[in-house]
Amino acid sequence: MDSPSGHSNDPVPAAERGRGGVGLVDEPAPNPDDQGKNTARRRSARRRGDVVFARLSAAAGLTLVVAIGLIGLFLLIKAIPSLAADHANFFTSTQFDTNDPKNLRFGIRDLLVVTVLSSAFALLLAVPVAIGIAIYLTRYAPRRLSRLFGGLIDLLAAVPSIVFGLWGILVLAPAITPVAVWLNRYLGWFPLFATGNVSLTGGGTIFTAGVVLAVMILPIITAVTREVYRQTPVAHIEAAQALGATQWEVVRMTVLPFGRSGTVAAAMLGLGRALGETVAVLIILRSSAKPSHFSLFDGGYTFASKIASAAAEFSAALPTGAYIAAGFVLFVLTFLVNAVARAIANRGVAR
Amino acid sequence: MTADIDSLERPSASPTFITISPGRRVKDLVARILVTGAFLLALVPLLWLLWTVVKRGFPAITSAAWWTHSLQGVLPEQFAGGVYHALYGTIVQALIAAVLAVPLGIMVAIHLVEYGLGRLARVTTFLVDVLSGVPSIVAALFVFSVWISTLGFQQSALAVSLALVLLMLPVVIRNTEEMLRLVPDELREASYALGVPKWKTIVRIVLPTALSGIISGVLLALARVMGETAPVLVLVGYSRSINFDVFQGNMASLPLLIYSELTNPLPAGQQRIWGAALTLIIVIGVVYVLAAVVNRFLARKRS
Repeated sequence: MDSPSGHSNDPVPAAERGRGGVGLVDEPAPNPDDQGKNTARRRSARRRGDVVFARLSAAAGLTLVVAIGLIGLFLLIKAIPSLAADHANFFTSTQFDTNDPKNLRFGIRDLLVVTVLSSAFALLLAVPVAIGIAIYLTRYAPRRLSRLFGGLIDLLAAVPSIVFGLWGILVLAPAITPVAVWLNRYLGWFPLFATGNVSLTGGGTIFTAGVVLAVMILPIITAVTREVYRQTPVAHIEAAQALGATQWEVVRMTVLPFGRSGTVAAAMLGLGRALGETVAVLIILRSSAKPSHFSLFDGGYTFASKIASAAAEFSAALPTGAYIAAGFVLFVLTFLVNAVARAIANRGVAR
Repeated sequence: MTADIDSLERPSASPTFITISPGRRVKDLVARILVTGAFLLALVPLLWLLWTVVKRGFPAITSAAWWTHSLQGVLPEQFAGGVYHALYGTIVQALIAAVLAVPLGIMVAIHLVEYGLGRLARVTTFLVDVLSGVPSIVAALFVFSVWISTLGFQQSALAVSLALVLLMLPVVIRNTEEMLRLVPDELREASYALGVPKWKTIVRIVLPTALSGIISGVLLALARVMGETAPVLVLVGYSRSINFDVFQGNMASLPLLIYSELTNPLPAGQQRIWGAALTLIIVIGVVYVLAAVVNRFLARKRS
């Protein structure tokens, strides 16, 4: 007996044990004399196997929990000394000067403005298109082709972000610069289209970055809305059809109201992606010495692209900490956006 | 009363088929055009991008040395060399990440699906959601602050793999979870009825049933992290020559090669950029096809 305790705690009555366990077919029939003993041993071994396996899987879960806890903790630990040594206001300063460790001056105001502006612009472009695609795929596309068409949209998600960046700045930017110039010339009185702090030629502006980000977050928003729309109860749709609704009226009266919370959640998920997108934005946006003033034709850095741009110089602890502080803010920002998305999605499910 | 009876005599809806009023028909048509247009609009960037990459990258990847040479000793203006050093880096970094992330991810998924009722499972589910929203640059910063800045290791390919693990985990967990939930409970119950212990049921019955879905999910996660650029920017230096050692030294990868060649405005540099971009897309495409094949082949064998 390997473990006496396992034997004594055995809750299975001896009579039942005597039935030769549950004999797996490939095992030789046990000698009737030590049959009970054998089965008990097998059973306790089995229970041990179960316990070990359950512990193992729980340990895996725990590892994950600890790892994510550490993410937040370590980012904070590394950021705090630099925040303490910051000579500028962290939230309102537009400077990000970490060249002199003794005189750190960094603030996230500009990073925040550029990040939020580019992501919001991307969202504005992507959401209507994504809703349109989702409606098309669930209600309009020929049923046979719907999967294939959906796959095409998903293909956009497979393209690496650096390739999006390349295409954005080298191919797309020259093509859409005339649009930017036109907007700037005729709608320049509107703050969003005012002349920014970088030149329009070349297209290294938030405008270009936003268009590329919109393409990049399109597949995720489409995928989620598509799934939600697909779950519209057939009874609702058929009821609308029985009342003589046209295809569009079916969509407006059943699919859209049913999928409203899902659509909002999908948009928030897309926003989370856009906020954290790094390399495409880093390649596209042109840096600027002047602070941003809420124009789409500004340049500058987002949180992610600022960190990535300085990655090569991460050596001294204090300047690095400044970037880690920025990273922590980005972490919190994406966390909040995703939490809101989840809350909305769950509320939709509950309803 | 009589009036009511009279009204019953008359047909309640006289003409059976009323033509839809022009206003509604126009609205319907406009909506149809708009949603179809939205779909076509989304295809524009996809086809435009793929066409650009193929057209500009094709000359590079068909050159003799592309798949077999590195860029060691190649001058910026020279049309020579290849990307095999970067290809090696991309594949190896992703594979190491998979080796670490897949067992852990599958175990977490098993915990959530087969054992998960307690508080740990709820917390884990929540944190997987959090992790799936963590931007890659934040994952990279985290590995930097723990692995390099606190534990004192050098920048290396291994550090990149650690960051990729964080990015792969939520994808692997979510997908495995979904696949395990698709396994019918009857199979589990049949196994229990034969006296097979729970862990053996999971290992011998549940996992094999869900295997094709799990593997193709892992491959898709692999494809996703192969194109990640933020971790390699922060966690490893670029090298123009091959480095087989993942534990130390600089190592190239395709995204890193593209990023560092961006500073080279000469035609040769441009060609290398697009060539590397096309190579990266081909590698990812191969993994995608593999995932589809695994899914189809194993799924058919099962049924």
